[in-house]
Amino acid sequence: MRTYALYLVRRFAQFLLVVFIGINIAYLITHLTPVDPVEQAISSVTMFGQSSPEMVEVMRKTLRELYGLEGSPWEQYVSFWRRMATGDFGPSLSAFPTPVSTLIWQALPWTLGLLVSSTLIAWIVGNFLGGLAGYYRKNSLLKALGILAMSLQPIPYYIVAFILLVVFGYLWPVLPISGGAEMNIDRQGFAFAASIVRHSILPVLSLVLVGLGAWFIGMRSLVSNIVTEDYVTYAELGGVDRRRILFSYVMRNALSPQLTGLALSLGAIFNGAIITEFVFGYPGVGTLLVRAVNSGDYSLVLGITSVSIIAVATAILVIDIIYPLLDPRVARS
Amino acid sequence: MLRTVRDLFRYNLEFALGAILILIVFAFAAASFFSPYSPMDIYVVAPDVPPSWAYPFGTNSRGQDVFWQLTVAIRNSLLFGISVALMSRVLSLLIGLVAGYAGGITDRILMTINDTFVVIPLFPILVLFFFMMRDNMSWPMLAIAMASLGWPYDARLIRSVALSLRTREFTAMSVFSGMSTRQILVEEHLPYVLPIVFSTTLNNMNWSIGLEVTLSVIGFTNIETPTIGTMIYWANQHTAMVAGVWWWILFPVVLVIMTFLGLYLLSVSMNEYIDPRSRLTRMGGQA
Repeated sequence: MRTYALYLVRRFAQFLLVVFIGINIAYLITHLTPVDPVEQAISSVTMFGQSSPEMVEVMRKTLRELYGLEGSPWEQYVSFWRRMATGDFGPSLSAFPTPVSTLIWQALPWTLGLLVSSTLIAWIVGNFLGGLAGYYRKNSLLKALGILAMSLQPIPYYIVAFILLVVFGYLWPVLPISGGAEMNIDRQGFAFAASIVRHSILPVLSLVLVGLGAWFIGMRSLVSNIVTEDYVTYAELGGVDRRRILFSYVMRNALSPQLTGLALSLGAIFNGAIITEFVFGYPGVGTLLVRAVNSGDYSLVLGITSVSIIAVATAILVIDIIYPLLDPRVARS
Repeated sequence: MLRTVRDLFRYNLEFALGAILILIVFAFAAASFFSPYSPMDIYVVAPDVPPSWAYPFGTNSRGQDVFWQLTVAIRNSLLFGISVALMSRVLSLLIGLVAGYAGGITDRILMTINDTFVVIPLFPILVLFFFMMRDNMSWPMLAIAMASLGWPYDARLIRSVALSLRTREFTAMSVFSGMSTRQILVEEHLPYVLPIVFSTTLNNMNWSIGLEVTLSVIGFTNIETPTIGTMIYWANQHTAMVAGVWWWILFPVVLVIMTFLGLYLLSVSMNEYIDPRSRLTRMGGQA
């Protein structure tokens, strides 16, 4: 128990460090680049005319305060962190005066749903098939699957999403290719849920297809290493049921490195989810981010960057907390 | 060296396939030097002509010959990938070797930072970077930004090799003979690490080209520079799919998939070559 507590403390420290370094990178980018976000915001507003010089001056002052550009560099840094710590990203410029945090809270459930379901499906299916392929090495169907998984793996999300879009959007239009749910539908009840599921099929599929390959290949090589271990040979000679050897002896032992991989891949999957959302017009954080950039919404872009760093770090922390419960050796090492 | 390549080609299917794909892609990129048009010019040929003998890949709605446009685009994408990979190699080598050799507290600190960089989601950060740079966003800037974020995974790999090198006898010998740390790292350890550096370079190129395509497709890079990503961006801007100008998108997509697949297969076969255990399995022995 004590080792577990110690492990938790260490993991939590790591979590804090990830958030700290990540947000510092965001701070450096926003403060070291030659572009002044305030002037940028003002120019994007004044582009539409109708703003007197006095109004611009007032706006400039408010924005400078808002973005923490007042005072010495150190004061700026401290005030930046104070706002980040309280989750106050200021009002969105493009959807003034809605606070950035409200916009993100509205988009987050969509992204989370997409991420959780696609990650789990890809992980489970990839590991299961990979385990089979590692154990039954002579099976030609599994071999073909291996080649397919390998050729899908290096392809970026966008391309896969795009191919799905063309196939199901133009060639065989059976599935909705845009949006998160039907617009003219009651926001509760079974019909709404069904609509959400239908709209999520293609985005989830594109994420799963790309994610699957890595798990498949990883699991296959892990299993084919374990199969040669003495205890497996012994069990085989002892006449233990093959299926039992595969699932309880081989796959179980191969799962824990795959779980670490799950934690590590989350950041990358998150990137994929963002671009997938954009392609399918899914109402999540990714679409929000693209819209924020296109409308010059500084506070929203910065808010999403910070929230995504915190979200990914939290997800990894959760996996790390569960991890030693499955494999007690982890906490001890 | 040549013999190794020849043997790999003959006995390793992945290597052969990967090498052929990459050679085609490079030949394509090299063809850009013979392009009859300047890549930046628009409306130099009749727009929206389907693939024919005169225009093998057709022409796009901006009046560019897709074939020649693609040669320049793939050259820029490859150059981008290579520069990011080279720059981030310096960082990962430096950090991996030092962490592995120094060990102790130095190692602990470096690897904690390293692990942090592994998990930070890069895409929003790169978008933020683009957002701040906007009109000042240039191609080398993006390459530097990606290189400074793309080192951690490989640094860890390099460190793991350096860790085992540290305990070998020849390292102790070098220390006793009075070599400096820098000398040991550069002259003694580096050669052992180079094969890994080579295979991670290929992976890193894949990663950076992929990320560049992803960013470009939504228009978050310098869209005036022709790359595979910006080609797809312009095709989307002109709704090429809906308008039936499928060749504008199909050929860049096919070429970029060839690039990814080729680089990936090469790095896989490279890894296999480095790891003697899997080489034994391939030859029919028991691992």
